[in-house]
Amino acid sequence: MSDKPRKFKGGVHPNDSKALSATKPIQVAPLLDKYKVIMHQNIGAPPELLVKKGDLVKKGDLLAKAGGFVSVPLHAPTSGTVSAIDKCPGPTGIGVPAIEITADGEDAWGAALEPMADWPNRAPADLKQRVWDAGIVGMGGAGFPAHVKLSPPEGKKIDTLILNGAECEPYLTADHRLMLEQAEEVVLGAAILARILGLDTAVIGVEDNKPDAIARLKEVAGKYNVTVQGLPVNYPQGAEKQLIYAITGREVPVGKLPMDVHCVVQNVASAVAVAEAVIKGWPSIERITTVTGKPVVNPGNWRLRIGTPISKALELAGGITMQPSKLLLGGPMMGIAQKSLDVTVMKNTSGILLIASDEVSLYTSEPCIRCGRCVEVCPMSILPATISQAVENKRFDWAEELNVMACIECGSCSYVCPSHRPLNQHFKRGKIEIQAQLRKKK
Amino acid sequence: MSETETTPTILLPDPARLMVSNSPHIRDRQSIKKIMFTVVASLLPACLAGIWFFGIAALEVLLLCTVSCVAIEEGWNKLTKRASTWQDGSAIITGILLGMNLNAGVPWWVCILGGVLAIILGKQLYGGLGYNPFNPALVARVGLLIGLPEIMTTWNTPQAGKMVVDAVTAATPLGMAPGTETLGNLFAGNVGGCLGETSAIALLIGGVALIAFKLIKWQVPLAYIGSVFVVTGIAHLISPETTHSPVFHVLSGGLLLGAFFMATDMVTSPMTIKGSWIFGLGCGIMTSAIRLWGSYPEGVSFSILFMNALTPLIDRISISKPFGYVAPVKGDAK
Repeated sequence: MSDKPRKFKGGVHPNDSKALSATKPIQVAPLLDKYKVIMHQNIGAPPELLVKKGDLVKKGDLLAKAGGFVSVPLHAPTSGTVSAIDKCPGPTGIGVPAIEITADGEDAWGAALEPMADWPNRAPADLKQRVWDAGIVGMGGAGFPAHVKLSPPEGKKIDTLILNGAECEPYLTADHRLMLEQAEEVVLGAAILARILGLDTAVIGVEDNKPDAIARLKEVAGKYNVTVQGLPVNYPQGAEKQLIYAITGREVPVGKLPMDVHCVVQNVASAVAVAEAVIKGWPSIERITTVTGKPVVNPGNWRLRIGTPISKALELAGGITMQPSKLLLGGPMMGIAQKSLDVTVMKNTSGILLIASDEVSLYTSEPCIRCGRCVEVCPMSILPATISQAVENKRFDWAEELNVMACIECGSCSYVCPSHRPLNQHFKRGKIEIQAQLRKKK
Repeated sequence: MSETETTPTILLPDPARLMVSNSPHIRDRQSIKKIMFTVVASLLPACLAGIWFFGIAALEVLLLCTVSCVAIEEGWNKLTKRASTWQDGSAIITGILLGMNLNAGVPWWVCILGGVLAIILGKQLYGGLGYNPFNPALVARVGLLIGLPEIMTTWNTPQAGKMVVDAVTAATPLGMAPGTETLGNLFAGNVGGCLGETSAIALLIGGVALIAFKLIKWQVPLAYIGSVFVVTGIAHLISPETTHSPVFHVLSGGLLLGAFFMATDMVTSPMTIKGSWIFGLGCGIMTSAIRLWGSYPEGVSFSILFMNALTPLIDRISISKPFGYVAPVKGDAK
């Protein structure tokens, strides 16, 4: 593992803009009067509601239980009253069910999960149950339930645990600060995850643009036999498949999962959540979020409770100096544009990013001049230009033949296209249409 | 309310003015316009060399070709009620390349006729920029060569630095007996030929700049020039008296102009690296074959057009395997 990381083919180098917030220590957000907790924060089934309007809850109490195996429970971010169960704007612009908690100001813990300080003596199954009970999801952005990744089906042997600390998205520094300030917890989380998987080692992959975080992690990594791997700075280095390739040299087959090449990847923030859930008995009710962008008065990194409205997070950062063109959840390459400040922080909200008007222009899409730049940067080695034309002409069969399904939607092709073609958008559409056709056939 | 006055108001974004669109939300600063004007700049050394050796006549041909290509493109856009497109720079490049592919002494109307062939027949009839299968400047050159063989195979004698309009005719070095022209003259461009193709050094400067700016794939000129060198080298070894040396072949005729600036045209050449190798090799072998055994002394234009026609096929066979590709298991259909 200590040998040099492999370079994946393709990738782009956008201006990382991380300096805005990289040196800002994590600040704890003050308690709010109200939190609006979006119900469905994970990939998979939505959780089942357990509370009703008027209920009194304590911090960490269950608001909803897992709605199946690929689902996680949801906990109260603070103590108070369930003051409404209604809809709030969701990250995709559609209203989604949410639970409103009016805080009582006490922030008192309820019947918390039992701390497991003696975790090395606990059975892996119990530790995994704890990860599930704490409602931990992939906090890098995907929101995939963490316990599911820790449950490989019979016959799938796992030999490598990778913690994703690449943070290759421009602007985001939440994982960077976390690794720097909570290195022990990152490593501890890695050790607990390794024990669940029956492994005795783990690798933390970090892009080389965070040398301080790499140095800090290396200081504490030895304690649990964890190694730290610096990675070349190349977007999308933090994409799961590219990360696995960089560290192990294995290619995850198209349409397959990391476990098919004997790997499990967890985000570093998820690892810290695991450590806190096991050692302290804390469920997943807060996270580190970068609030940044040129229009932001005081960009930085905050520890925010889930259910914090974006408007409140922006207030913590001092508001804005100029009207931004875009408000994003996540980074500028893969983040989702928002049109409401009432959307609330979820377990996978790594960043709240304002994009200034000089960074986005209204492009008109021009004809493809077949320059091949998209082909050159595609980390999945597919032909973005051709696939996009196939989708435009509604030739979804052709798009499928050209492996559109392998696309990881990293946006590198759109980023470099001199004709400003909406390539990534075409692929998303193509994938949706192909999946719809598949469902029809069934 | 003195308290509110002292508390600085915190401004928040106005949601009504937030744009919503798909990711990615940032772009690099490259654009068609930038690409095209960099190409124009890289053509300048060879154009200046042409003017130096062939005088004001060369400048007139270059200007007339460029202006007519732009005017014809805009006229066509008006006629077909399309938006103006000359600003993207592609018609300017076509015009300059067309001029570079003509003799400095051609009559004025040849330039305009060439412009019509390039822009209308070569580009707009297919739908405009991005949709043309053949390099527009070469469509014009070959069209003129077939229609006006006499005008198109007469060349001015270079008169370095004299800036005179002089119509003494010379043969292209490729048409002479081997050993008549010195390599030094070929390298500098002090030989008869189309006005933009003679100076090897000027073409190399522009070509290397394009490679450095990553606007052309270096595989194309390397494969093209390399294969011409190898094929003509073998022929020269077999019969040194009747054939030119491989260095002579590389430096003469339109090879360097074609290899760096015409075969590399993005629209009409393959998108993949593997495809670029195939394309360059094909051009080189065709050019060598025409030069050694064909009835024309020059084969660059025909070769590139021929390979342009094959580009869709090359693209199809050179598709790379996606990351994590798994070959379908035979008999898996059941």
